[in-house]
Amino acid sequence: MSAGARIGVVTFPGTLDDVDASRAVRRAGAEAVPLWHADADLRGVDAVVVPGGFSYGDYLRCGAIARFSPVMTEVVAAAGRGTPVLGICNGFQVLCESGLLPGALHRNVGLNYVCRDQWLRAENTTSAWTTRYEPGAEVLVPVKHGEGNYVAEDAVLDELEGEGRVLFRYVDGNPNGSARDIAGITDARGRVAGLMPHPEHAIDPLTGPTDDGLGMFLSALDALVAA
Amino acid sequence: MTDNPATAATADVDSTGRAAATPDLQQPYRELGLKDDEYARIREILGRRPTEAELAMYSVMWSEHCSYKSSKVHLKYFGDTTTAEMREKMLAGIGENAGVVDIGDGWAVTFKLESHNHPSYVEPHEGAATGVGGIVRDIMAMGARPVAVADPLRFGPADAPDTRRVLPGVVGGVGGYGNCLGLPNIGGEVVFDACYARNPLVNAMCVGVLRAEDLHLAHASGAGNQVILFGARTGLDGIGGVSVLASETFEGDETGAGRKKLPSVQVGDPFAEKVLIECCLDLYNAGLVVGIQDLGGAGLSCATSELASAGDGGMRVDLDRVPLRARGMNPAEILSSESQERMCAVVRPEDVDAFMEVCRKWDVTATSIGEVTDGQNLQCYWHGELVLDVPPRTVAHEGPVYERPVRRPEAQDRLVADAPDALRRPSGPAELRETLLRMAASPNLASRDWVTSQYDRYVRGNTVLAQPADGGVLRVDESTNRGIAVSTDCNARYTQLDPYEGARLALAEAYRNVAVTGSTPMAVTNCLNFGSPEDPGVMWQFQQAVRGLADGCAELGIPVTGGNVSFYNQTSDAPILPTPVVGVLGAIDDVTRRIPTGIGGEEGESLILLGETRDEFGGSEWARVVHDHLGGRPPRVDLAREKLLAEVLVAGSRDGMVSAAHDLSEGGLAQALVETVLIGETGARVVLPEDADPFVWLFSESAGRALVAVPRSEELRFSEMCTARGLPWTRVGVADAGSDALEIQDVAEIPLGELRESWEGTLPALFG
Repeated sequence: MSAGARIGVVTFPGTLDDVDASRAVRRAGAEAVPLWHADADLRGVDAVVVPGGFSYGDYLRCGAIARFSPVMTEVVAAAGRGTPVLGICNGFQVLCESGLLPGALHRNVGLNYVCRDQWLRAENTTSAWTTRYEPGAEVLVPVKHGEGNYVAEDAVLDELEGEGRVLFRYVDGNPNGSARDIAGITDARGRVAGLMPHPEHAIDPLTGPTDDGLGMFLSALDALVAA
Repeated sequence: MTDNPATAATADVDSTGRAAATPDLQQPYRELGLKDDEYARIREILGRRPTEAELAMYSVMWSEHCSYKSSKVHLKYFGDTTTAEMREKMLAGIGENAGVVDIGDGWAVTFKLESHNHPSYVEPHEGAATGVGGIVRDIMAMGARPVAVADPLRFGPADAPDTRRVLPGVVGGVGGYGNCLGLPNIGGEVVFDACYARNPLVNAMCVGVLRAEDLHLAHASGAGNQVILFGARTGLDGIGGVSVLASETFEGDETGAGRKKLPSVQVGDPFAEKVLIECCLDLYNAGLVVGIQDLGGAGLSCATSELASAGDGGMRVDLDRVPLRARGMNPAEILSSESQERMCAVVRPEDVDAFMEVCRKWDVTATSIGEVTDGQNLQCYWHGELVLDVPPRTVAHEGPVYERPVRRPEAQDRLVADAPDALRRPSGPAELRETLLRMAASPNLASRDWVTSQYDRYVRGNTVLAQPADGGVLRVDESTNRGIAVSTDCNARYTQLDPYEGARLALAEAYRNVAVTGSTPMAVTNCLNFGSPEDPGVMWQFQQAVRGLADGCAELGIPVTGGNVSFYNQTSDAPILPTPVVGVLGAIDDVTRRIPTGIGGEEGESLILLGETRDEFGGSEWARVVHDHLGGRPPRVDLAREKLLAEVLVAGSRDGMVSAAHDLSEGGLAQALVETVLIGETGARVVLPEDADPFVWLFSESAGRALVAVPRSEELRFSEMCTARGLPWTRVGVADAGSDALEIQDVAEIPLGELRESWEGTLPALFG
């Protein structure tokens, strides 16, 4: 049973999708626990979501300031202990800046911000955040970002592919020019995940294109029960 | 103050004492946009010459943009025509920062449209961005959480080189600022017309939600209450900006003898605004605010005089306490600065510590700059010297009022006489097919996806419908599914042909666009974009449009809750087409009942055209695209019919009888069909009535019509309801899930792929 699971949702100044991430956590059946950037305290949560937005205005470089926040120090430490962590969009950028995930996110190749419903193919379905997906399943989830072009050295990309750490790949058009159509990745242990698309905006066909994104949150609950 | 950069020395300051002692000093009031008689009136009010600070405050507050001096006498008509019954759901109306409407269950919604036209021509990105920022602060000043934005935009010809400069900048500015605030963009318009070539219209709408009991009106009551300025520091940006907004040239005036030239267009910082939003909401929730006012056009001049006029006493402000970000600013500059992302609150003394604590949490600079007094005047001090001492109402509310000459232009008769009847019409299937595709690909009818995909429509997770739907729909309450709908519309070609009827048509279309989502229209806002008020012909257009809109609202029984006027949208002596953009707000009990735009949601749908189709092509998109023609009369408008149509659509949504609906407007039935099949990704077979002229049926722009898809099982019940209520209806075909084409019997069969290429290809080809 996952009824008792508590999932933290981080808010930096400039975070935008924290309400959505919290709603997704609740819809999956867990308690959403707000985590404030200035507090070095994870309030005993079982997993953490770093949601999208423009943390600290993204003024220096996306996610570059957020990584130094007190809460991120705790998130990095918790990830080291195996706590599941999910970074969405700006949260993905923050996890890359924090060194929890390899690579970086550059400006979209088209230069424009892109908000659209995007088809993704589930590649890794064994990470803490993706067990609810069938291998090769295609899901429709919104993307919305100006800097989602995933880049890494070839060796890193090869390693990610070799170890099966690509979580999702863009299909039916790459919205931002990401290397090898990578939409999301995980760390070596499959506990820390980051992706540019927004599963928290696809939890109800009333307000999103589908409810395909809910599986990520349900997967995490499964992982917590199994742990 | 120790944390301020060096400020101007007090010795140089033009105090009230010095003003009294030097009555004959020549003052540059003309350069500040004041007329001789206006300056004389200021002297009369004060009993002496104004100080520099006073002159700056009066000149900016008495500008067209702030004082509505040319429009006031006409705008009064909105109030005159609003009945007690129409006011029933209105919690705040014209004169407040934004109108507020009671939508039930204790929820209130506030919404407003505003223009940022000239700045967006000068500097498209920042002009549009700060336009969004300004309207969002207006909504915050009502005590509401902003929940959505929508932007009606108008540009010169789509293929003009300057449009390629202005449009991407404006769209990037709207997106860059709005996306960063975390506000879904759920509607708006993009219109191209040669008249906007050097006069783009950038209007911005914001919608906010609050509990009805939390409504905050801007006032400064209670002697001893503190006046706190919070948000960004005050700099030299946008000084004189407000005067520029309402003048014909782009030469900003220099209050500082030309020593500091900064761009007249302000620069926005959306991150600062996002933090300010959350900070304000925390302050409201904690009950720490007595009165609040945003700082927009005219900056502190406007905020302090508005707050003081609406309160029950005077106000003292120490301008040297204002946190600055530029050196050597003088009192006049501090009062006029239009630095963005600032708010001004009135706070009880015992709440000041708690107020500051909330601001510290959000890293928002907050400074007590003065207090409410039991005097009558607004008084500003500069290092202890009195530099401004004015009755606040004379600044904010008792400015000049002009009865500008109004005259129907002589050319109007010729325009109306030039009916489109003689224009060559397509004959035969091949020409009709070609016309349909050409129209679908024309800049004004083509898909807006290139624009709207640069806007976040998902954030906050309550967007139920957004572009390309006719109206945006938002969930307000997750537990009850109560929601709202908004739409903005205006066809300025209709308004040019007949400003009275054109304004009613704009109202009818926005009203219909709300209704096709299944929502009940409740209230109206507007942004009246016109040429120079000094041109009697423009004033005639304005007067007619105001009357048409007000009379239309009275007929529909929904109030105008606020609005904005933008004059001087003209280059040399060619005004823009009169463009009264109308925004309608609706409410829907259950957002799960909203009606989508695309067909194919249910298996086996019949397509039913509601309303009557007449041979009406005056001002039509067909006349523009094919013949570059504008003349004749606009389509007839019957608001009783619009009301009936809306009632049928709402009933159809409530009882689950309608699975898709799309309003018919520019481009007529043909365009509605193109959009409904492409959005729904479902083919259709269309059969027009036997005696129908296919050209008229496909391309006429008769008002009061909508195309609906009805599940076959509901067809009888729905059509009987229409008949019983007296709404004409015509079955025009079926959705065909098995087909990949739009087939119009005896006219054309067009594969969806070909249709999509036409409809979607235009804007990307033009703008990359």
